[in-house]
Amino acid sequence: MSVYNSFNYPDVDEKIAKEMGLKTEEYELAKKILGRNPNYIEIGIISSMWSEHCSYKSSKIHLKKLPTQGKCVVQGPGENAGIIEIDGDICACFKVESHNHPSYIEPYQGAATGVGGILRDVFTMGARPVAAMNSLRFGTLDNDETIKIMDGVVAGIAGYGNCFGVPTVGGEVFFDECYQKNPLVNAFALGIVKKDKIFLAKAEGVGNPIIYVGAKTGRDGIHGATMASEEFSADSESKRPNVQIGDPFKEKLLLEACLELMKNEYIIGIQDMGAAGLTSSSFEMASKSGSGVKLYLDKVPVREKGMTPYEIMLSESQERMLMVAKKGFEEKVIEIFKKWDLDVAIIGEVTDDGFVRLFWNGEEVAFLPADPLSNNAPVYDRPYKKPEYIEDLRSFSPLKLKKIDDLNTCLFNLLNSQNIASKRWVFEQYDYMVRTNTVVIPGSDAAVIRIKESRKGIALSSDCNPRYCYVNPKKGGSLAVVEAARNVAMSGAKPLAITNCLNFGNPEKPEIMWQFVEALEGMKEACLALDTPVVSGNVSFYNETEGKGVYPTPTIVMVGAIDDVKNTLKSSFKSFNSHIIVVGKDKYEIGASEYLKVCHNLVAGDAPEVELDAEKKLIDFMVDASGRKLLNSAHDISEGGFAVALAEMTFENEIGCEVSFNEDVRDDFLLFSESQARAIIEVSSLNLEKVEELLKKYGLFYMIAGKTVGNFISIRNKGRKIIDVNILAAKYIYENAIKGKMQ
Amino acid sequence: MKAGVVVFPGSNCDHDCYHVLKHVLEVDTVFLWHKERDLKGVDFIVLPGGFSYGDYLRCGAIASHSEIIDSVVEFAEKGGLVLGICNGFQVLTETRLLPGALLRNRDLKFICKNVNLVVSNVNTPFTRFYTPGEIIKIPIAHMDGNYFIDEKGLNELIENEQVVFRYCSETGETFDDANPNGSVDNIAGIVNKKGNVLGMMPHPERCAEEILGNMDGFHIFNSVKKYLKGGI
Repeated sequence: MSVYNSFNYPDVDEKIAKEMGLKTEEYELAKKILGRNPNYIEIGIISSMWSEHCSYKSSKIHLKKLPTQGKCVVQGPGENAGIIEIDGDICACFKVESHNHPSYIEPYQGAATGVGGILRDVFTMGARPVAAMNSLRFGTLDNDETIKIMDGVVAGIAGYGNCFGVPTVGGEVFFDECYQKNPLVNAFALGIVKKDKIFLAKAEGVGNPIIYVGAKTGRDGIHGATMASEEFSADSESKRPNVQIGDPFKEKLLLEACLELMKNEYIIGIQDMGAAGLTSSSFEMASKSGSGVKLYLDKVPVREKGMTPYEIMLSESQERMLMVAKKGFEEKVIEIFKKWDLDVAIIGEVTDDGFVRLFWNGEEVAFLPADPLSNNAPVYDRPYKKPEYIEDLRSFSPLKLKKIDDLNTCLFNLLNSQNIASKRWVFEQYDYMVRTNTVVIPGSDAAVIRIKESRKGIALSSDCNPRYCYVNPKKGGSLAVVEAARNVAMSGAKPLAITNCLNFGNPEKPEIMWQFVEALEGMKEACLALDTPVVSGNVSFYNETEGKGVYPTPTIVMVGAIDDVKNTLKSSFKSFNSHIIVVGKDKYEIGASEYLKVCHNLVAGDAPEVELDAEKKLIDFMVDASGRKLLNSAHDISEGGFAVALAEMTFENEIGCEVSFNEDVRDDFLLFSESQARAIIEVSSLNLEKVEELLKKYGLFYMIAGKTVGNFISIRNKGRKIIDVNILAAKYIYENAIKGKMQ
Repeated sequence: MKAGVVVFPGSNCDHDCYHVLKHVLEVDTVFLWHKERDLKGVDFIVLPGGFSYGDYLRCGAIASHSEIIDSVVEFAEKGGLVLGICNGFQVLTETRLLPGALLRNRDLKFICKNVNLVVSNVNTPFTRFYTPGEIIKIPIAHMDGNYFIDEKGLNELIENEQVVFRYCSETGETFDDANPNGSVDNIAGIVNKKGNVLGMMPHPERCAEEILGNMDGFHIFNSVKKYLKGGI
């Protein structure tokens, strides 16, 4: 009896292929590429590789439209993470990735392993992770299910990141009913790497050994990538065993061992085992290098007896790496991993026949052509069509909106909105200070970290307003980019490049595909205008449960650099008696705003206008003004409009303010409009003249609106007081809105 | 002076402590690997924060059986200066160099934030640059920082002036609201009877540079440096 037969795998037919997620035509394509019927191991491998999650088959043709080139780009999309130059040889390596489905089924482990996966993506390239962030979307906190999911997700992120020793320096949390049964967990990590120490996923040099390191392979996460490529149904609970289990301690050891190894010249290439485990890593390495590999699967360290080649190839056990060493240096590599108490085994070698060949006890049990399966994977140009709901939303007429007399209460309600309120309950569970680089802690517009070997700092911001994307995906895509850029610029940093995580519903529905195509178009325009290319990213489709999709949510993480980290600005008023200047022109846009949702329970209208030219000027002004140390603080105007932005600036140091307008407009529009390209800056009397000159030089519209004073927030229009609240009262609401729900 | 920072598998504040000692205080500093016994001639040892051995079994429990710890205990018993921060404090209680134990936080969640501490003993080699009753701000970041000791032990600590730091309000009151983790008597840091071993949950290495906006932790390292030089 042959070795293959001893596993008693069923014969492969269309039914089996379908069970594994392949469509009929995909199964036919597989047979065509192979020139024969695949066996059971092979069909498992092919279905994983061709899953939406791994192959990007529905998004590929559209992703190509995004700009990926730029002066600062060292490594664009296609590797484990993107890399940009920050200061000479010092580069930042970063990526954001989704872990949505697992986080719904098993919130703690789903989120934890999302963090683990993204950290591995970064240190696989030779970079030491120095900052993590995450973008989270949940249902509203008025039901036990959401509270339980959020509690688990936050604890999972904390449990993994804190133990690993990476500071979680920021992120965003957004709440809406549409995420009730499909929360989004997007994890971001950034590492620092020297330009000449970057490692890529290569399998070159015939006869070079392939080495497996890290945790043992278990039966967890088998077909996880396929699960992530389907809609959710009521029986998703039964998929719990598909969620992987994380061990941050093991990952920390893996990090230290890999970085120690990379100081030497022992290895050719390295690739982490993420989605689809050993399958993806081996095929990617072989296909990128145009080589082949032989893997002796019985040599793979396993957690339990009786694991079969199929299970070993498809397991998504965490904290594992595959590397190609230089022949003759095997012992050196093994020595380093032994030092860190990690499992290590030589499990194969590089060949040049273009095939991935799998062996078990000396017998070949599967062989597949690497390049054809990777590069000739199905690609779909899916039909798309504008959904009908868009026109309905547009019929909204803002002027018919009921007037509200008590605007103080409106402001309180907005500060009490979970989308605006303080996220302290979340971020205080994250160690945001470890590695002692965090210059601006969570709670400001952007997180800022210093680089110990440089004067420069790195600023990060994660943004996306899914409501804008829902009412107008194209604008929403642009606005996600510009808001992230604006936030980075508020700290004084110049926005450089982005990574994105595109969370959408089922792409087989033309309306969803339309959202995707439009959002990408918007994103492209903004990236081009701001000269911030996309260097890495991830697409997550099928974010639907029981047929109901989430809002289109293209999360953007912008990375920028500040020339002198000592000049970093925060978004809280710093001193009394300074001038408050509002920069940018208000168009009194109330469509799709937080005000409309919170105070009128409406999602309607259009997203605010995209003002790419004005945004660019505002960003350039901020970089210039902070470099000259002319500003005390700065905060952009976004969700909740001017009034919320102003209130947020008063909280940290409890410095109040008095501002006055003289505008012919409804008071609520003046206070809560979300027109873009605007910011509030705080300027001392000493610098006022210079700041005005600079604002004029950049052609920016501005207004000196008032001063920092007292312990209240006071806003007048045409002499009438329209807001007058005590800071402590406002702050109490702001600080307790989420905390109160979670306790 | 020569300082050593112990590296256990899972230590993650080792580089931070090294950085402060080496680059901020400009002290000759080396890493000490957990599998070795050689202390490389150091006269000050830091047990850094982190999750030694993944915090499996119990925080600090496995580290207290590592090879390097035998040498650290011997060094401490001879009067050598040892500072255990966060996980390092947990290791010190597990080795019994310090009394008591660190339990899970009262609210069962990890907490990372700045806290106020009142300095109650300035007569240690670590705290000579503080004034009695001074209120300082140092961040905490832990899941298991809830200091516990029985009543008899607590009385002994107080009698021997072994309590060095207590969690307090901005104005110095040590009431329950100012206690982040449920520690007995708001205790944040203690020394052994001889005063040469300090364990504390807050992280002084995270507030020892201007750029991080707070220098309150610098004085602990500086106090050690001056003490060893015989300056004070």
